Amino acid sequence: MTGDHTNQLPLADLHTTAGARFGAFAGWNMPLTYPAGVMKEHLHTREHVGLFDISHMKLFLVTGSGAADLINRACPLDARALDIRQSKYTFLLTETAGIIDDLIITRLGDQRFMVVANAGNAATDEAHLRALAKDFDATIEPLDRVFIAIQGPEAPAVLAKAGIATDELFFMQGFEPRANWFMSRSGYTGEDGFEVGLPEADARELLGKLLGDERVMWIGLAARDSLRLEAGLCLHGNDITPENDPASAGLMWAIPKDLRADGAFIGRAALATILADGAKEKRVGLKPEGRQPVRSGAELFDADGKLIGRVTSGGFGPSAGFPVAMGYVSTQLAKAGTRVFADVRGTKVPVDVHSLPFTQHRYRKG
Amino acid sequence: MTKTYYTEDHEWLRVEGDIATVGITDYAQEQLGDLVFVELPEAGRKVAKGDVAVVVESVKAASDVYAPLDGEIIDANATLSSDPALVNSAATGDGWLWKMKIANAGQLEGLMDEAGYKAHIG
Repeated sequence: MTGDHTNQLPLADLHTTAGARFGAFAGWNMPLTYPAGVMKEHLHTREHVGLFDISHMKLFLVTGSGAADLINRACPLDARALDIRQSKYTFLLTETAGIIDDLIITRLGDQRFMVVANAGNAATDEAHLRALAKDFDATIEPLDRVFIAIQGPEAPAVLAKAGIATDELFFMQGFEPRANWFMSRSGYTGEDGFEVGLPEADARELLGKLLGDERVMWIGLAARDSLRLEAGLCLHGNDITPENDPASAGLMWAIPKDLRADGAFIGRAALATILADGAKEKRVGLKPEGRQPVRSGAELFDADGKLIGRVTSGGFGPSAGFPVAMGYVSTQLAKAGTRVFADVRGTKVPVDVHSLPFTQHRYRKG
Repeated sequence: MTKTYYTEDHEWLRVEGDIATVGITDYAQEQLGDLVFVELPEAGRKVAKGDVAVVVESVKAASDVYAPLDGEIIDANATLSSDPALVNSAATGDGWLWKMKIANAGQLEGLMDEAGYKAHIG
């Protein structure tokens, strides 16, 4: 983002009516909580359906005969190998394999891809892709859409009642159900769910139906954060940044093995060196002992008082029932069960390295 | 006789003789959201006005609660260790944070009464 301008969501009036408390995030004035509060909102999403306005995130349509090659250059991904409708979690990387942003890319057609980017990085991503696109026959079109996420075990039933069939879509698949709509079975809560990008007028009509369903509740950014943290999912800017590479971040699962040797992607050589030498630090889950949360920015120490890492996200996990956190530790301490210590306002809080996620994913896979 | 005072930092004090019971206001708990942890002070700790006496932690963030007066902490609400949400449900009652012995009663004069506090939060 540039300047002090704060973007307003197209549906801001609906959130105001719903009693939202707003706050700034990534240049946007976002609903943080609704009157139910973060705890109830979080638990409701895991039990029923949470409705999230994620219109701050940006959809880019990448089209053209060189679209797949552009993506293969920008991301450690084989776009040509994707099935139509298949979605993949991937990244934009720097030459040093730093993570510029994490993205979801869906193949909509032979020469047609949807890229979903984070709000705070959308301008950077667009400039990066446009600069690369000069070498390819590819067009990048930022879309003006309302983007909503419908997350939770009852999401398919709720959408069906609203007249939207979901049966033919499995986790990490997406398509264009009607003109100017994009819908995928994905999300950032660890639950089954959907994300729908659509024009504002259509969105207002759909939301009218969804909000009339008692299983549906608006969920703010605070619970979105606790849900994704429990699910072990990274927040770009906190858990992954251009200073982190996919190997240290534990995200190599997102990179097809054959690409590591001969992929066309920017950062391949640097990533190969990191893999050959072994990552010096690893992203891990962290479970503080007791009830006191450890937060982003807290330094981590070993039993001898040596600085060995840092917390990148931390808070309380309402479903887990205990504080949850994520961070980086020296690779030799990255094994689950290793005891380390977080400095919280001068007190050393015992913290155990913990496997991720903290709450099991419940995706609907094909 | 009991008198209740308020601070600009959204704390309330119930004063009986030279003992003050301190908590955060309903407005403050609403702003903070669901509390999940309260870092309580030890009895016997001497505090000066403006020192951090307690840290309350919501799902999302940690917030300081300041000593509104000079004095000595004589008790903390141990129930909050197991039930921090009591601050949300009963901010001005069972969700009190600590009791302190007032060192300088003159400092009470700078605090607000209920009408003043209501005007402060608008």
